[in-house]
Amino acid sequence: MLRLRGSLRFADAHRVWSEVRAAALPPPSGGVVFDLSEVERLDGGVAALIVELQSAISCGDGTPVDLRGASADVAEILTLYGCQLGCERTPPAPVPLLTQIGAAAAEVLDEARGGLEFLGAVIVAWFSGLRRPATLSWSQIWPVLERAGADGLPIVMMFGFLVGFIMAFQGAVQLEQFGASIFVADLVGLTITRELGPLMTAIVVCGRSGAAFAAELGTMKVSEEIDALKTLGFDPLRHLVIPRILALVIALPVLTLVADVMGLVGGLLVGLFSLDLTPMAYIHETQGALELWDVTSGLLKSLAFALAIGGISCQQGLATTGGAAGVGRRTTTAVVSILFSLILIDAGFAVAFNALGV
Amino acid sequence: MSDLSPVTSGEDAQDPSDEADSSGDAPVGEPVIRVKAMTMGWGDFILQREATFTVNRGDVFVLLGGSGCGKSTLLQHLIGLQTPLAGSVEIAGLGERGPERWGEPRFRVGPPPFGVMFQSGALFGSMTVGQNLSLPLERWTDLPPDAIASLVRGRLGLVGLREFEHHYPSEISGGMKKRAAIARALALEPDLLFLDEPSAGLDPVSAVELDDLILTLNRQFGLTVVLVTHELESIFKIATRCAFLDKDSQSIIARGDPRQLRDESTDPRVRAFFNRLPRSVAEEARA
Repeated sequence: MLRLRGSLRFADAHRVWSEVRAAALPPPSGGVVFDLSEVERLDGGVAALIVELQSAISCGDGTPVDLRGASADVAEILTLYGCQLGCERTPPAPVPLLTQIGAAAAEVLDEARGGLEFLGAVIVAWFSGLRRPATLSWSQIWPVLERAGADGLPIVMMFGFLVGFIMAFQGAVQLEQFGASIFVADLVGLTITRELGPLMTAIVVCGRSGAAFAAELGTMKVSEEIDALKTLGFDPLRHLVIPRILALVIALPVLTLVADVMGLVGGLLVGLFSLDLTPMAYIHETQGALELWDVTSGLLKSLAFALAIGGISCQQGLATTGGAAGVGRRTTTAVVSILFSLILIDAGFAVAFNALGV
Repeated sequence: MSDLSPVTSGEDAQDPSDEADSSGDAPVGEPVIRVKAMTMGWGDFILQREATFTVNRGDVFVLLGGSGCGKSTLLQHLIGLQTPLAGSVEIAGLGERGPERWGEPRFRVGPPPFGVMFQSGALFGSMTVGQNLSLPLERWTDLPPDAIASLVRGRLGLVGLREFEHHYPSEISGGMKKRAAIARALALEPDLLFLDEPSAGLDPVSAVELDDLILTLNRQFGLTVVLVTHELESIFKIATRCAFLDKDSQSIIARGDPRQLRDESTDPRVRAFFNRLPRSVAEEARA
């Protein structure tokens, strides 16, 4: 029997918890009796702990727990804290590792299925929209084009310039040793137009617009704006998703072209001021190294990147549930998924170009 | 006469007005919504089983019940944002909707046959109040811009927000957002209006004003209104009929005139709700 006495205040909670716990656990075979007849006053916090202990003792192996002698006031407080609930609060059983792996795999499959369903729905909406162009919200493209394209121009220009600048510097150190400084122009021209220009621009657009799309649509979803759109007769795919994807399909190749030019300018500056090349020599070397296909292959990639950024960010935004935390989660997932898909697409293009010999 | 006897299953819960509808026996108006044996939930989790009721033209029909019983979810099923697991919902002019193959409802694209006000108002945050109202008008009518602007001002005047046309939703109060959302729901002149907890979170004066607005829309403009609310004062003031959803039995346990249910229902859960009694008292009475 455990006898509690006096006025048990919240300040005593730690002492009561440790002493009672030490005395009652593990429970003796005959059960545990709490004698509360001498308890004059009981705070809510201590009552909650007693109820919790009662639950922990009796729910383990059914050991009987008896609370005796409580005055009316004390009994009422214990009742408020669920003293009569008995074993309802059983602790959750630990989830086996295999089950956790299975659940995670199922979640990935669900995500993949959601992505495929979304892709199918967008394709259907696009083609049915083409048959009836009035059902597509064309006017929504321009504001998105401004935000994703025009507003992103300065940062893309700076990125392009710096990438070209850094490439040229790194290349110059090596090439100078062989007296081949002029080939810095070839190095910068080819890597910027074929690889780094499209990829770096896509990464910038992913960070700016992809995250913005996911957060914007996610917030609209959790604040019921998407539902409101539906009840006003608008298809969110045609009104929100397709304009965003189209805007990116227009903006990203243009931004890529600008990044390419800025990258070449960055390389040119290094050539002029670090390698003592003449402007004409650098430009002539770049012209000789670059073919039209080098630039167009980069632009082709940027189209695929635009589709990936627009599609994934909108899909993640529309799949948002769970308030502000859900928006944050989906935005993170969108950015990570987009970056992963950019690398995958880039690798796919590299393999395809290699196989085609271009 | 309303059915005041407590019922515990969808089959038992045959609304007398349903019978009246089929027999032509003095319904308030012709049915505009028919819910037939609808089961709703997610996967294995069932929220309501075999809900069956009819909303007639001219009704102010309230879905009520304790928290978590599925009122708002039922409303979402009515407006087509969710699909039932079984059974169907039929709205006049829209045909019947039942379970869909892919789970996600395919929402009808086109001028909406009804207006909806969501619990939060769900105004588009990137648009002004006026633009929120003009959006559906620009999309679904061939009215010239000046006519749309006039119409928007008129609708905003109806809900007392004429001077807030150029404000963004973030710049107006909660009650104003709800009134603006009602104005947007009315933009295309629907004859059926769904409201999800219109007076939740409002001060008593704003809540009463909103009730008056709903009554005006119902009586002066003949709108049929379906709403979800907990507010007893509001229910007794504006509702003509109600359906009482119960979480434990997963069914509609009573329907009829809320005033009669309050005074004459024999179901302790219904009595507890209408008389503001704690659940424990209701459960004791039930036991």
